[in-house]
Amino acid sequence: MDSKPSNRREILKGGALAAGAAAVGAVTKVAEPALADTTTPYTRNVAPMVPSTDVTIAYGTRSHYVNSVRIQEAGRAVPKIYTDFGLSAHIQTPLQDSYGSIQASSLHYFATTKGSFVPDIDPAQHTLMVQGLVERPRIFTLADLKRLPSVSRFHFIECSANNHADNHKDVQESHGATSNAEWTGVLLSTLLKEVGLKPNAAWFIAEGAEEIKGADTIPIAKGMEDVIVAYAMNGEPVRPQNGFPLRLVVPGFEGIFNTKWLRRINVTDEYQLNMDDFGHLRKDLTTATLGYTWGPKSVITFPSGSQKLPDHGWYEITGLAWSGQGAVSKVEISTDGGKTWHVAELKGTAYRMAHTRFGFMWKWEGGEHVIMSRTTDDNGAVQPTRQQAAEFFKAKYTSKYRPPGLNNTIMPWKIAADGSVTNGIA
Amino acid sequence: MGSLKIVPILLLLASPALAQTYGVGRAPSAEELAAASITISPTGAGLPRGRGAAAEGEKLFKEKSCASCHGEAAVGGVTAAPRLQAKKGPEVNAWNREWGGNGIPVKAPFATIAWDFINRAMPLGNEGSLTPDEVYALTAYLFAINKIIPWDQVLDQDNLAKVKMPIGDEWARVPDWKKPGSPRLAGYPY
Repeated sequence: MDSKPSNRREILKGGALAAGAAAVGAVTKVAEPALADTTTPYTRNVAPMVPSTDVTIAYGTRSHYVNSVRIQEAGRAVPKIYTDFGLSAHIQTPLQDSYGSIQASSLHYFATTKGSFVPDIDPAQHTLMVQGLVERPRIFTLADLKRLPSVSRFHFIECSANNHADNHKDVQESHGATSNAEWTGVLLSTLLKEVGLKPNAAWFIAEGAEEIKGADTIPIAKGMEDVIVAYAMNGEPVRPQNGFPLRLVVPGFEGIFNTKWLRRINVTDEYQLNMDDFGHLRKDLTTATLGYTWGPKSVITFPSGSQKLPDHGWYEITGLAWSGQGAVSKVEISTDGGKTWHVAELKGTAYRMAHTRFGFMWKWEGGEHVIMSRTTDDNGAVQPTRQQAAEFFKAKYTSKYRPPGLNNTIMPWKIAADGSVTNGIA
Repeated sequence: MGSLKIVPILLLLASPALAQTYGVGRAPSAEELAAASITISPTGAGLPRGRGAAAEGEKLFKEKSCASCHGEAAVGGVTAAPRLQAKKGPEVNAWNREWGGNGIPVKAPFATIAWDFINRAMPLGNEGSLTPDEVYALTAYLFAINKIIPWDQVLDQDNLAKVKMPIGDEWARVPDWKKPGSPRLAGYPY
């Protein structure tokens, strides 16, 4: 048969490669769709047959047509060099290109203290010590931990810096510091029973093995409730940027508590305000109080900033909803700036402290629209608008308003008459 | 002797607390526990013995390359590393002294926080290499240039936790987030 590609096919292929090259390092946009070749008889191969390689057979790769990438948080310098201490890396996930409720491990957001540096830990050399106010301090190897009863649970982890603002041009910039994964490991409560808590145990300090030995103080009641010492995410070992070989998952608590490269649990009777805890120091109690756990939050990922609706007609408005206090019980969509609300469909099971995908079919018949999503969790807590938060705290509202603590307010997107979508915060 | 050793073990095995465990993992040795015990209580518990004052700290600040990132006299401006000497002194409230980064030497409610940070996280690229004396001296230097202690005050394991930090009581205590499922903020519906 004819092995020479037609001109049309070369044009299609070249066009896609050029678009792919342009998208690397930048936010992916919805490209003008190239017209599909639908007239060639189906018996002919329109796509070239490409051999797999040892590498792609061994671990797999995505299509070279898929170019969605993580980016450094907007406004932060890209840390490259060793002296960039203090330039913490905050690498955001491309939510605009995400499907379902989990992030691929390769796209999971991450944050570090020392630029892009992460510790290179030999798992055979890594241990977890549980000590302090316990009856029987213990050292666990990874092999030890894998002998204990395991759990596999979906949980989101979200950075306190995930604070959408009016200058963010797309959902990766505004909300890309949250990700959801299936975490597998041992419940911390299993380990705490193994070592036996003393009666005065009130807090535990989780400490990492990285250069600064990041340490967070967490209530022991939370540790006995649902904290996981995780050795795997999404079916394989936790990745180095996410804490290989062990990380703590503290469902619903802001990102920094989810201690990576976990090496020690120190049970105490006092809140020590050491290291990572110091970042929570605030002057007023309200801001401090709202700075530990996430309230109900959601965001529309399609259509969202920098995307474009190509034509009038039906679309599924879709996005993610989650809560640091429980499971999502409801998501509502407004297409008229919050005047009226419609209940969206939850896609699959809404787990506690986990992203839940939602969808709502909407017919765009032209004109300008401000679209937004609002979630309610199973405690009855409702995601507020920015204006509602300002009103509650008796603050003057402007587009620059930022609520105290972690920002879980509603994100509006504006659809223009030509279908282009921009940040709707006003 | 042998029988005396066996009796307590049998008693332990019979106790319900131990019966519930899987017996996985091993007990750390005294040396392993000591190597791991690096957290410092705000009361000073956990601090190793040692001493140092600002003059030695000033020398170390240059010798240990602190100044090459934080600047001469810790005023910043060299790399992304923050200034450690606040622009303003005790004439203004601790929250308004214009520190850099997290402002630990000025803003920390407990002196032990500054000691702990230097001990575990500094110097860059050679973390954990400082001796206790050096950490006391560097802490004293940073406190002295921020006019928190006199230049000639020697800090040690007994007096460090007693240093009166400028922030005083003006910081929010840990909120009531200890019970899982409790509302984020009483009266806040969101």
